[in-house]
Amino acid sequence: MSVLVNKNSKIIIQGFTGSEGSFHASQMIEYGTNVVGGVTPGKGGQQHLDKPVFNTVEDAVKKVQADTSVIFVPPAFAADAIMEAADAGIKVIIAITEGIPTSDMVKVKEFLKTKDCRLVGPNCPGVITPEEAKVGIMPGFIHKKGSIGIVSRSGTLTYEAVDQITKAGLGQTTCIGIGGDPIIGTTTLDAIKLLMEDDETKGIIMIGEIGGNMEADAANWIKENGTKPVVGFIAGQTAPKGRRMGHAGAIIGGSDDTAAAKMKIMRECGIHVVESPADIGKRMVEVLKK
Amino acid sequence: MNIHEYQGKSILKSFGVAIQEGVVASTPEKAVLAAKELQKQTGTEWWVVKAQIHAGGRGKGGGVKLAKSINEVKEISKQIIGMQLVTHQTGPQGKKVKKVLIAQDVYYPGESETSEFYMSVLLNRQTGRNIIMYSTEGGMDIETVAAETPHLIFKEEIDPRVGLQAFQARKIAFNLGLNGKAFKEMVKFVSALYNAYDNTDSSLFEINPVLKTSDNKILAVDAKVNLDDNALFRHRDYLELRDLAEEDPAEVEASKFDLNFVKLDGNVGCMVNGAGLAMATMDIIKLSGGDPANFLDVGGTANAETVEAGFRIILKDPNVKAILINIFGGIVRCDRVAQGVVDAYHSVGNISIPVIVRLQGTNAQEGKELIDKSGLKVYSAITLQEAADRVKELV
Repeated sequence: MSVLVNKNSKIIIQGFTGSEGSFHASQMIEYGTNVVGGVTPGKGGQQHLDKPVFNTVEDAVKKVQADTSVIFVPPAFAADAIMEAADAGIKVIIAITEGIPTSDMVKVKEFLKTKDCRLVGPNCPGVITPEEAKVGIMPGFIHKKGSIGIVSRSGTLTYEAVDQITKAGLGQTTCIGIGGDPIIGTTTLDAIKLLMEDDETKGIIMIGEIGGNMEADAANWIKENGTKPVVGFIAGQTAPKGRRMGHAGAIIGGSDDTAAAKMKIMRECGIHVVESPADIGKRMVEVLKK
Repeated sequence: MNIHEYQGKSILKSFGVAIQEGVVASTPEKAVLAAKELQKQTGTEWWVVKAQIHAGGRGKGGGVKLAKSINEVKEISKQIIGMQLVTHQTGPQGKKVKKVLIAQDVYYPGESETSEFYMSVLLNRQTGRNIIMYSTEGGMDIETVAAETPHLIFKEEIDPRVGLQAFQARKIAFNLGLNGKAFKEMVKFVSALYNAYDNTDSSLFEINPVLKTSDNKILAVDAKVNLDDNALFRHRDYLELRDLAEEDPAEVEASKFDLNFVKLDGNVGCMVNGAGLAMATMDIIKLSGGDPANFLDVGGTANAETVEAGFRIILKDPNVKAILINIFGGIVRCDRVAQGVVDAYHSVGNISIPVIVRLQGTNAQEGKELIDKSGLKVYSAITLQEAADRVKELV
């Protein structure tokens, strides 16, 4: 088992023929991901990377039964692309695009409430179920099929955790990059719930950062409902208050969204918190031995 | 993007929000002309001279003063323009004041007492909706109000499908204890304010205080307006509101190379790809006994040019005793980054402090070999722990 994506997912790329979309689509195909086509308005009927191009997501759903979409559309048009995918009946929408205006995402979030779908991102590396489906921009080769689920707000820090888990001999079930924006489709808690329900996942790594309440919400839920060990890390212990640290969502607002405050509540909820990002893999191995 | 009070007020006014009127000036002489002009426009008899810097707490720091004559406008402007204004938000070194806003006096006596309120518009991240946050306790630091009298802070959430509704604006005006003319004025004020927020794609409006004047008008006396950087492509005219003098010169320089840089006070510089990993790298520097000198995310394209720009920016800080470069290669190949480091090292020249390069991911081994064979005073590492240990040795 795994969550969100697997070898049977029928995946399309929105923004398929653009330079970002083309590059990452070819990487995904090379990894063995079941890419069934792509969407670029106005280029419907063409072939790209030996896959069909459609004008609309609706066409892709009708003709190749797409159920998953990954979005590489530029920020000005990305909100529209997400809503198009949701409207066409896509079940899992993964938005990689960085820099979407927050006001656009307020509307998207509201629109998605009326649709039966899940959005991951935006501003995220994507989702990967190792050796089955790579849906995003992460380097495939560092992953290995295994028993650990990973949830993270960041890109390269997720790769760091993945690499440590692979080298510790554990491997991953599914790694979910939820994104670094103030408004995202899948929260830390949403992703944790999915992994808790997944039989193959034996342990979960939760990587957060300063800003917002997502990690505290997830921690409180884990305290009541958790059935598997969770190792946690919060980036930004040394970040100053009120300064945006790269991600639009990574900014300390009050005293309860600092790294120290988040780590405290996570510890109180039974999460195995590491101070150093170099200890994530090591700690997971120790915790599983218990 | 942060903008000045006078710029924020001008945006608010363009959406029909009533403001304390003012004219901006960069010299005491221009301040006098501004004061006279303002008197003509508004009939004001006194003036408030307000330092224009991107920080709150200006009044307490001596950057906001009342002038009761044209002569006082000149004298006070002389004191404030050019001063190094220190507030709780500027840091101990303060910020140099380049402009003052000569504003009308709005606390004149009249039929009723004046009162000050607090109002902000911002995103509630938990619900993904905008809220109007407001309080009867205006003119004070809202964090103090939140800590001491949280029951005096109210929130009104806006449904994005329909926007702010009239009943919500009325509720706000009632909760602020208003009636009669002031009530009607507040309803208008709130509606115009939200409309401005929505139409400018802002990420924060904070109006503190919102004033009820003695003749029952409602005015924005201050305006903190924060525009969403990601939405500026829709508002090209706002780009010219950016005041580079208000930003750290190193951060401005970094932004030219698409580098995301934040200056800190420590002794170990760092250069990392990805914001999360950059923060984690700062944390590991601290755990190793150092103090991070900066946050620097080189993004998805770590090449010789960006690495060189990063080196030059970090090396400008005399407190930096070592530099840690931490790259997790995905799309970015570590051997290319390593070559970039070697090239940048040669082209910058005279790097007298130790550099630790930690390369992991795509072609990490090839990258490490390149560094090791370069003959440069560069330490290479593969795991994060190795990099941390190196930092420990060096600081």
